[in-house]
Amino acid sequence: MENNIVIKVSDLEKIYDETAVPVHALRGVDLEIRRGEFTAIVGPSGSGKTTLLNIIGGLDRPTAGKVEVDGNDIANLSDNQLIDFRKKHIGFVFQSYNLIPVLTAKENVEFVMLLQKRSKAERDSRTRELMEAVGLADRMQNRPSELSGGQQQRVAVARALAPKPAFILADEPTANLDSKSTANLLDMMARLNKEENITFVFSTHDQRVIDRARRVVTLEDGKVLSDHSRE
Amino acid sequence: MHNLVKLAGRNIWRNKRRTFITSASILFAVFFSIAVTSIQKGTWDHMVDSIVHYHFGYAQIHKAGYWEDKTIDNAFDAARPLEISEGFAEVRQLVPRIESFALASYGTRTKAAMVVGIDPEKERTLTRIDTRIGTGSYFAQRDDDGAILAAGLAEYLKLNVGDTLVMISQGYHGINAAGKFPVRGIVHFGSPELNKQLLYITLEKAKWFYGTEGLITTLIVDTDAPDAIQKTVANLRQELNPEEYEVMDYKEMMPELIQAREVDTAGSYIILIVLYVIIAFGIFGTILMMLKEREYEFGLLKAIGMRTGQLNLMVWLETILLGFIGSIAGMLVALPLVYYFHINPIRLSGQMAEAYEKFGVEPLLPAAVDPSLFISQAIVIFGMITVLSFYPMLKIGALKPVSAMRS
Repeated sequence: MENNIVIKVSDLEKIYDETAVPVHALRGVDLEIRRGEFTAIVGPSGSGKTTLLNIIGGLDRPTAGKVEVDGNDIANLSDNQLIDFRKKHIGFVFQSYNLIPVLTAKENVEFVMLLQKRSKAERDSRTRELMEAVGLADRMQNRPSELSGGQQQRVAVARALAPKPAFILADEPTANLDSKSTANLLDMMARLNKEENITFVFSTHDQRVIDRARRVVTLEDGKVLSDHSRE
Repeated sequence: MHNLVKLAGRNIWRNKRRTFITSASILFAVFFSIAVTSIQKGTWDHMVDSIVHYHFGYAQIHKAGYWEDKTIDNAFDAARPLEISEGFAEVRQLVPRIESFALASYGTRTKAAMVVGIDPEKERTLTRIDTRIGTGSYFAQRDDDGAILAAGLAEYLKLNVGDTLVMISQGYHGINAAGKFPVRGIVHFGSPELNKQLLYITLEKAKWFYGTEGLITTLIVDTDAPDAIQKTVANLRQELNPEEYEVMDYKEMMPELIQAREVDTAGSYIILIVLYVIIAFGIFGTILMMLKEREYEFGLLKAIGMRTGQLNLMVWLETILLGFIGSIAGMLVALPLVYYFHINPIRLSGQMAEAYEKFGVEPLLPAAVDPSLFISQAIVIFGMITVLSFYPMLKIGALKPVSAMRS
């Protein structure tokens, strides 16, 4: 994709018509995100942030428009093709309950690599590397219930990074965290972004996240209201 | 696969109480089924074994057509069957008999009797007839000239040990058959049919009486492998010309007994089916609760890259593991109990015991220790859970990560 563009959406429309009154969630969104960006998608509730993130992440399908991720048009992939695509190209961090409760932190991180049938040696070294990167090398054998909310989100980031995805989508990752945990998580993400050039895209209400983002895209009523970059 | 099994294993222990309750219901079903089928099979096996050992044997060889037309003219030369039986490792021996009818008389009384000419030594090992002599004694030698009478027949003829029985009949190809036989012993048969008409003489004397020198009417197949008797019979049929010989197993000779067993077994199968349907609803309830509780998690797993097939396999493994735990526990609880009643059968008393004894069967209810009873329970649980798993498979197949995680 030209100019290191990892995400490109053109004229994106999404209408939810399961209800009596159809909801027009996205109305012709155009957006390009380049490799290494640290982007926050903001806007009031119902503005279409989560819908946009879900479509970019291949979790939902657009009603109209084009979605290219890492050079691939994903709008027409089958369900299983989309699952395989997500597994290889996209890392997810959700708002909460991100981890599989019966697996340890280490097992959660290596889970996607297991699905990709990576060798044990590769899984072990990558998991250790990532757990060290998120500052939790000493909590590898703990289960999610034995970790704080902030630690769980850091493990979720490590898991999202495990398959070396093109970018990470984080949907309100700090919504349930206290100030200190939020600061720690954002510090860690910013460092990974800066040092390893990992692309992060957030949807958020959280001003602390918005303040740290280098690009802020504001949505309102399903349209891009503003798009500011700052260095 | 290994990791899916590990994940499934951990998942079922997330809700220990539910796992315990579901496994306990499966345990009960498996235990009850094994106990019922084991006692039933053991009792019927004991009954068949008693009857088979009492008189018929597990299989018989005759001249073709004898079973439909039991006349002395259908006697045959046993040389060929005896020769080929050498090649059958499981055939312990072939026990020859001459079976026909005669008029038995003493004083002014006469009655039709079923005459069985036996080889005393071979018959002793097959039917243990010598142990059932009530009065008098068993044949002393192969050509003993005496007769052993069923108690009912002896009573009708007012015969005692030491008296002389006179018999008259039609021998081989119409020759006259007549003879005198001192009563050597009296034996009581549980079966009223046998008790009122059976009469033993030695095979040698029967050949002389009926004029069938070198010929017999029946060869009993005495086997070391009664469970494989149908295979033995099939192999014997292959070796023996069907135009000359007929080979029949006990099921063909006693179809009424087999039908009674099938009816009885079908009745208990209906009870077991009802039990398993109830258990199936319990397991289905567990699956429904598990699906609802973990909808978000399934959405998450799909979102991060777990394919629908892998997710289905994981859920199937979870339910199979539940079934496995319950089944193994049920078998472990059932095994010592079944083994105990195999070694120490329940002994019937009162009218039930009399009914058994009337048919020559010891009034016992032994339990069968047969691996197939245990394996069949595992197959039933496996099949039931696999069928129940279709529902979560359909739900998971239709599940969309976004809507699942919104829930």
